[in-house]
Amino acid sequence: MSNIVVDKSKVPWWVSNVIVPLVNLTLALLVSGLFVFIAGENPIEAVKLIIYGSFGYIQGFAYTLYYTTNFIFTGLAFAVAFHCRLFNIGGEGQAYIGGLGVFLVAINLSFLPVPIVWLLAIFGAFLFGAAWAYIPAYLQSKRGSHVVITTIMFNFIASSLMIFLLVDVIRDTNQMAPHTVKLPEEIWLPSFEAFSGILGIKIRYSPLNLTFLLAIASLFFVWFLVWKTKWGYEMRAVGHNTQAAIYAGISPHKNIIIAMCISGGLAGLLGVNEILGVSHKIQAGFPAGYGFTGIAVALMGRNHPIGILPAAFLFGILYQGGSEVTFEMPNITRYMFVAVQGLIILFSGALENLFRPQIESFFVRRLNREVNA
Amino acid sequence: MVSPILELTNINKSFGHVQANKNINLKINKGTIHGIIGENGAGKSTLMSIVFGLYQANSGSIKINGKEINLRSPRDSIINGIGMVHQHFMLVENFTVLENIILGFEGETVFGEKLQKAKEDLEKLCQTYNFNIDLDATISDLSVGFRQRVEILKSLYRGAEILILDEPTGVLTPQEVDELFKILRSLKDEGKTIVLITHKLIEIMDLTSEVSVMRQGEMVGHTKTEDTSKEQLAEMMVGRSVLLRVDKKEIKKGETIFKVNNLSVKDDLDVTRVKDVNLEICSGEILGIAGVTGNGQTELLEALSGIRKVESGNIELFGEKISDQNNFLNPRMLKEKGLAHVPEDRQRMGLISDFKAHENLIFGYHDQEPYSKSAILNNKEITEYSNKVMQEYDVRPNSPNLITSNFSGGNQQKIILSRELNENPKVLLVGQPTRGVDIGAIEFIHQRLIDMRDKGAAILLASVELDEILSLSDRIIVMFDGKIVGEKENKNVTDRELGLLMAGVA
Repeated sequence: MSNIVVDKSKVPWWVSNVIVPLVNLTLALLVSGLFVFIAGENPIEAVKLIIYGSFGYIQGFAYTLYYTTNFIFTGLAFAVAFHCRLFNIGGEGQAYIGGLGVFLVAINLSFLPVPIVWLLAIFGAFLFGAAWAYIPAYLQSKRGSHVVITTIMFNFIASSLMIFLLVDVIRDTNQMAPHTVKLPEEIWLPSFEAFSGILGIKIRYSPLNLTFLLAIASLFFVWFLVWKTKWGYEMRAVGHNTQAAIYAGISPHKNIIIAMCISGGLAGLLGVNEILGVSHKIQAGFPAGYGFTGIAVALMGRNHPIGILPAAFLFGILYQGGSEVTFEMPNITRYMFVAVQGLIILFSGALENLFRPQIESFFVRRLNREVNA
Repeated sequence: MVSPILELTNINKSFGHVQANKNINLKINKGTIHGIIGENGAGKSTLMSIVFGLYQANSGSIKINGKEINLRSPRDSIINGIGMVHQHFMLVENFTVLENIILGFEGETVFGEKLQKAKEDLEKLCQTYNFNIDLDATISDLSVGFRQRVEILKSLYRGAEILILDEPTGVLTPQEVDELFKILRSLKDEGKTIVLITHKLIEIMDLTSEVSVMRQGEMVGHTKTEDTSKEQLAEMMVGRSVLLRVDKKEIKKGETIFKVNNLSVKDDLDVTRVKDVNLEICSGEILGIAGVTGNGQTELLEALSGIRKVESGNIELFGEKISDQNNFLNPRMLKEKGLAHVPEDRQRMGLISDFKAHENLIFGYHDQEPYSKSAILNNKEITEYSNKVMQEYDVRPNSPNLITSNFSGGNQQKIILSRELNENPKVLLVGQPTRGVDIGAIEFIHQRLIDMRDKGAAILLASVELDEILSLSDRIIVMFDGKIVGEKENKNVTDRELGLLMAGVA
């Protein structure tokens, strides 16, 4: 019959949260395969290359986890703001400014004991990212300027500001490229090969570093914040029903600002990975689109840390495996993988409800039959 | 034997696992007013939406004049002579009456002859049934009662022989109700068939000749109205006998604890909605505010509870000034001072429907011990408390982890009420406590409010249900156009008297 309305409460959690995303993902990958085929390469071979590139050898796997780290930060950033129904599109700019925070703290306080420098640098990244998100948050809560518009504008402002700083203020004056000097080596975050060296395994360079653990800790932090504290409770209340929040004496202004600042701070942590962990200097354009991809990660992970972890990992696989494919298959360019990402965003974000009703009602009908039998 | 104009046989309809209509059989005879009565959620509206083609039944057949028909959309129903007046009017506010009525049936690209013809036809209809409507008036200038007439006229113009009215009197003053009933009777006299969906027994007794009772998706009885009584119908609706009047002890009035002086309040559009209101409430007293929706009650309650800014005047609680135009306490501070608020619109304000029940049970109290300590929510305490309070208030189903939107209206209201009453407030502001709530729950909610009063709380009750105001209040004020137009002790007041005040006539 037409018009079947599914009672959401009867849909098993794993249908909405596992099956539906998997179906959407499979479809995105099938369409991507079609693209690869049209480009004149064998899709099956491409999949093999992706799997080999991201899992097949230890260095490749380390790269996958390095990308995953960045996606966890930007994915969480989007998710936190989303729980207050704010679309923070500004992760890219917040990450950029966060990087500035890491660098300034690390370079100026490098005389302190190393672990303290790390902690302060992490704090610096969070603070700078949060500060960059504060301005759009303030404009939204006090002036009603829509946060989607302002955060996009702030990405451009961040980009221009950083170029100005990298060219005229903090450039390494011994050369002409827009980047800073390197941080002193003793305060670099230990890399994965340093750890494996201790265990006696010798592997080649990879950018994976201690920041990965910070990302995992951030997952816990966000889960605890959103579901276990009164702050998270108030943020969600404002997000779901602002009128009701006001009735209960919860200030929407305050919570919009808190949610955006935490969101921006999390995006800023990407700077810890990139600057304290990998390149040890600020390079122009280092957030490289992670901020935007974080939106897809959060959408796929249904804005929950438990979902964001596998979603971030998936995008890590695509990034790492994708670069392996472009290396091996001359017909496939880097932009092809941007298209693949786009398809995943399309299917798991924009077309999220394409199959959801059918899948959910299928399981509900099956359950009903079991109950009746 | 003439076949009934509308006959439903074995209609079934389910939404997911919820069966809204189970094997419904119904016969409606031509030229009668047929009442369908039942509690909220009994399936009346679903059934009529099937007849009007908004939903399709899972099984069963619909016959009109003995001929089986297939209704796939409201258009099919209109063609078959079925018209429906919804609870919420479907009118374009900035169009005229005429434009609204012909909307979708204009019949030509450039208005000319046909429009003129339509106007003539409509004028004839108006005269036949005494509608007394200016076809060129803009909808936004019309009162609610007239807008409803426009809806009825629209159905008639489209050739309705069967007219379904869904809770038509919910938004009307007693005088407007009388007018409506007059129109309905004259429609009946002209041979039209009317189906009246309602949960108000008094309307059934007044108007209908036959009545069908629904309970939990099933038809539980058909009877001629003259063969039954209000008590009997109520019992059929609820499935047990109910008290229609609240038992109330003699008032034990204490001292004045809540006072409003010369209060004016503006709405979001900067229109003054509360004008120079003065009132006092004593401990142990229920002060009822009667009035037609939209005469400033909403804004008054919002200002008193700290949600809306005071424009001028002030509010005193225990002799202390809590709000004037310069500073006001927010709802949380007011809660700490012992003022609780059950808001008019529970969906919009009272709860967050996407939250779990236990999250809503602490809403507004979530930062107090024991529910949270140093910003961390204490889930164990919250769950224990939720279990206890849901049992005490008989919230069904008794599962604190269920998402709130899955509870029925009455149970959602109980969630709010339990939350607000649990702290034993000194002052309680209540708006529409039983709107969309079934009879069983109404009885319960009324009893709780009376208990609070007997314990010495000062209660301000705003309701559009006159019966509710009359049966609960000790004193009644009437609001019209933002002003208090009358104040009466609740002794020997009739709803006629109040109705005239509510309409701004007296």
